[in-house]
Amino acid sequence: MSSNNDSISKTLIVVISLCLVCAIVVSTAAVQLRPAQQANKKLDSQINILRSVGLVEGSAPAARVAELFNQHIETRLVNLSTGEIDASCDRSCAENFDYRKALKDGRALAQPDDVASIRRISEFAPVYLTYDTERNLKAIVLPVHGYGLWSTMHAFLALEVDGNTIIGLNYYEQGETPGLGGEIENPRWRAQFVGKQLTNEAGELALSILKPGNADPQSAHQVDGLSGATLTANGVQNTFTFWIGENGFGPFLAKVRQGALSNG
Amino acid sequence: MANAKEIKTVLFGPVFANNPIALQVLGICSALAVTTQMSTALVMCLALTFVTAFSNLFISTIRNHIPSSVRIIVQMTIIASLVIVVDQFLKAYAYDLSKQLSVFVGLIITNCIVMGRAEAYAMKSTPGMSFLDGIGNGLGYSVVLLVVAFIRELGGSGSVFGVQIMPLISEGGWYQPMGILLMPPSAFIIIACFIWVLRTFRPEQVEKKA
Repeated sequence: MSSNNDSISKTLIVVISLCLVCAIVVSTAAVQLRPAQQANKKLDSQINILRSVGLVEGSAPAARVAELFNQHIETRLVNLSTGEIDASCDRSCAENFDYRKALKDGRALAQPDDVASIRRISEFAPVYLTYDTERNLKAIVLPVHGYGLWSTMHAFLALEVDGNTIIGLNYYEQGETPGLGGEIENPRWRAQFVGKQLTNEAGELALSILKPGNADPQSAHQVDGLSGATLTANGVQNTFTFWIGENGFGPFLAKVRQGALSNG
Repeated sequence: MANAKEIKTVLFGPVFANNPIALQVLGICSALAVTTQMSTALVMCLALTFVTAFSNLFISTIRNHIPSSVRIIVQMTIIASLVIVVDQFLKAYAYDLSKQLSVFVGLIITNCIVMGRAEAYAMKSTPGMSFLDGIGNGLGYSVVLLVVAFIRELGGSGSVFGVQIMPLISEGGWYQPMGILLMPPSAFIIIACFIWVLRTFRPEQVEKKA
């Protein structure tokens, strides 16, 4: 029996038929489940955008999330180097924009510029304009990411229409140490950012994350770091430095502060 | 087929008498990684039990046709396919949990329990018994994982299944969480204590001195 099993033809037959069966099973599962997975991904990103502007607290049913998102949020693309909103790409075009893929194919950043260690940056980035029910612009949500201690940390940063005051910072994807660096997802820590100003009067980035316990609650720019997670907190600081700077959303925010969105 | 007593031994033996983690010391890696929370540990247990049971079943079904020269590769192919299917299902129906488990579902492929049972049991037993053996070993793994996760989540975050049991000082309560329990090494200490307790009650598991 065993000698028969070990013949070359038997080995080939077993291996090839096994591979065929496994390939069919795996690819069927992947294809059949893809719509559900994509819906989950989209829902996850929508609910995190809504959380960052405070329209959703905690969790919400899928239908409610989609309804709120359609009602309040308009996705647009921004050309990062000019800071202009891309007029040729309307709302539905921007919603289908694959930012992760664009980042992967984007231009490489050289070292002094790559403050947040993200390696590549795309030409366009999505922004999420948040309107109230009377169609007044209420908030601008920017997707930001940067490297912490172990992982790239992804967040949505919600700003007021002045392009300077923080409404919310929502970290939704990170792989930092649970209980230490992972606390960047903790709502209590994130709540500190609410109402802080990104820049000072001179227009330079002034928001700073200090050692825990050193931040002055009266200050418009200071935030407590996380104890036991200095490197993660540095990563958050670097994320701000990069995305508020020239290579990030700097040009766009400069235009926002001049009122580019107020008539649009 | 096998009698009731044998079925019982195969199914429940691995829980305490022949526990894959405590006695065979297999599958430690994931036991460190996913046990900071009960919910992730539970999903990991279910996924691993499913994969071990079905890989045992399929491997045992074709065991008389597997050429011995490529048997490890054949086993890995079956295991890897099952793990990918489980991962796809989690992504489709339990997205939040699959995000937390991230890479560890994929790492079931390299979990020594699955390979170990396939090679040691499924290759020489009937499909029905192999299936039960897979479930039994999954249960044994689950017992350890859930005990470790319970201690780590309760001590490290003051909660069980995400429900706050002991209010934390940082949120106005009285409990100062033990940060070390959230670090991977703490799982080693807890598993060691688990083995200690187990061997106190079952002295036959203690290795003989040379």
